[in-house]
Amino acid sequence: MFPAPIEKTSPAFQWAYKVFLPISLFIWLLPLLAILATSIRPAEDINSGNVFGIPSEFNLIENYTAVFTQSEALQYFQNSIFITVPTVIIAVSLACLAGYALAVYRFKAALPLFFIFVAGNFVPFQILMVPVRDLSVRTGLYDTVTGLVLFHAAFQAGFCTLFMRNFIKALPYELIESARIEGVGEFRIFWHLVLPLVRPAIAALAVLIFTFVWNDFFWATVLTQGESSKPITAGVRALNGQFVNRWHLVSAASLMAAIPPVLMFFLAQKHFIAGLTLGATKG
Amino acid sequence: MTDAALPVSTPGPDDRSWYKRNRLAIAPWLFLAPAMLFFVVYVIAPIFQSIWISFFEWDGLGDAVWVGMRNYAELIDDDRFYTSLWNNVLWLVLYMLAVPAGLFVALFLNQTVTGMRIYKSLFFFPFVISQVVVGLIFTWFYNPNFGVVGEIWTFFGATPPSILGDERFVTYGIIFAGLWPQIAYCMILYLTGLNNVNPEQIEAGRLDGAKGWNMLWHVVLPQLRPATFIAIVVTVIGALRSFDMIAIMTQGGPYGSSNVLAYYMFETALSEYGFRMGYGSAIATVLFLIMLVYISYFLYRMYLDEKDAR
Repeated sequence: MFPAPIEKTSPAFQWAYKVFLPISLFIWLLPLLAILATSIRPAEDINSGNVFGIPSEFNLIENYTAVFTQSEALQYFQNSIFITVPTVIIAVSLACLAGYALAVYRFKAALPLFFIFVAGNFVPFQILMVPVRDLSVRTGLYDTVTGLVLFHAAFQAGFCTLFMRNFIKALPYELIESARIEGVGEFRIFWHLVLPLVRPAIAALAVLIFTFVWNDFFWATVLTQGESSKPITAGVRALNGQFVNRWHLVSAASLMAAIPPVLMFFLAQKHFIAGLTLGATKG
Repeated sequence: MTDAALPVSTPGPDDRSWYKRNRLAIAPWLFLAPAMLFFVVYVIAPIFQSIWISFFEWDGLGDAVWVGMRNYAELIDDDRFYTSLWNNVLWLVLYMLAVPAGLFVALFLNQTVTGMRIYKSLFFFPFVISQVVVGLIFTWFYNPNFGVVGEIWTFFGATPPSILGDERFVTYGIIFAGLWPQIAYCMILYLTGLNNVNPEQIEAGRLDGAKGWNMLWHVVLPQLRPATFIAIVVTVIGALRSFDMIAIMTQGGPYGSSNVLAYYMFETALSEYGFRMGYGSAIATVLFLIMLVYISYFLYRMYLDEKDAR
């Protein structure tokens, strides 16, 4: 283990480490703690300049309810869920199929196709912006939840295929070969043999894609206009304009927008990290 | 190794259906079709369409007018383009600090004190929340009148600087905010990497008298190479994709001084400054070409790995 385990060092050093650990965490999360404190302050505190000290009143419930009653936040939240959940399902399904094809069959186009999926995953969004927006406008998908779902699913399919293909490639190939010799059809092999084995990969992709899509801001800005399809990220920005200098409300809204991905992370930390490391370093 | 793409040969004339005989050649295309359809329509085709549009003057509604290389010629004399390009360089260079910083935090946290798991998760926190939220937090943090920076400066009796309102500081201020989640990302990559470091090699190094910095450089870092590679890749992509923070914190201002190519492109093509799709696409093409250098390198590395795996 590197660095040397703390238990092997002098008691003074151990003590110093244990004291410094919470302090460093406090400094690291200071911006977040500050906004958390702000979100429960009354408006008077901000106007009177008490933004760093102890709140004069704890307005947790008042402020968070105000966000929902005085804005479209509830609608934004609902949109985010209707955008994110179907995207995860479609992208992961596409990737299971494509990843299986690229990992199991040996045909000449397999590697070039795989590389196209990988490369597409890294392109800057701006090179896609004008044509995708134009396509959405022409097909009537502009400013709709469906339009965002279709785009996100397609784009995330690249990353998911990369991940899924590598995961399936690491499975023992003899399993599939022996099933073939016994005459099992190709789709049945995929469905009954491979799918149950890739469950961890599906979990990793699901939490990761959920977070990516939930946190998307660029496409929400490019492909939506009105309240009916705006997700919470774009919504928070709109609220920022609406609640000028009412930082307690902006803070409360921002924190609420952050809750679902944070929950996802805590509920499925192991899968989340496995996904982030592209499966390259096994956790 | 036998070629698995060949159908299993049966003696005598093959009277199975055409699909049954060729299924190993056809099946992969059936599995691939849905993903390919999505990917071609929304990712592959738009890349080429964008490059094509960059040769036109087009407002997105009316008829597009062919202008050849004129958009690119205009870029050469565009000061805002150079400011954005220079800021992208700044982003690329300074964002790279996230890699050593992430390694440093990971080394600091790679202990087994009670409650360490929770500490690690909480240190990772900034990456999970949206960049929009990070941007808002720091906008408020930097506010000279009622932000944390203002409080600290006033506490020391100094006049607080307006970080986001000053052309000299603004880009550094945004990059600093962006480093926060990126360090967390690199940290988690290194923490998983450190988990896999071979303990025997560390012990062998210790017996040879390697300690601290020497041990890190000669024994640990070589084993962390996969983590470093991914950390660099995701940081480069993050730096070139920087859009959310700028849109939230400054919208490229003041006077375009914090613009980057990604935001400048959006601004030219889709904002009150006019709908210049062709010019915007030209900027996007430049950004794409820069990214293509990294994509090619990444694919080359993957290709080498694949060759070894065979």
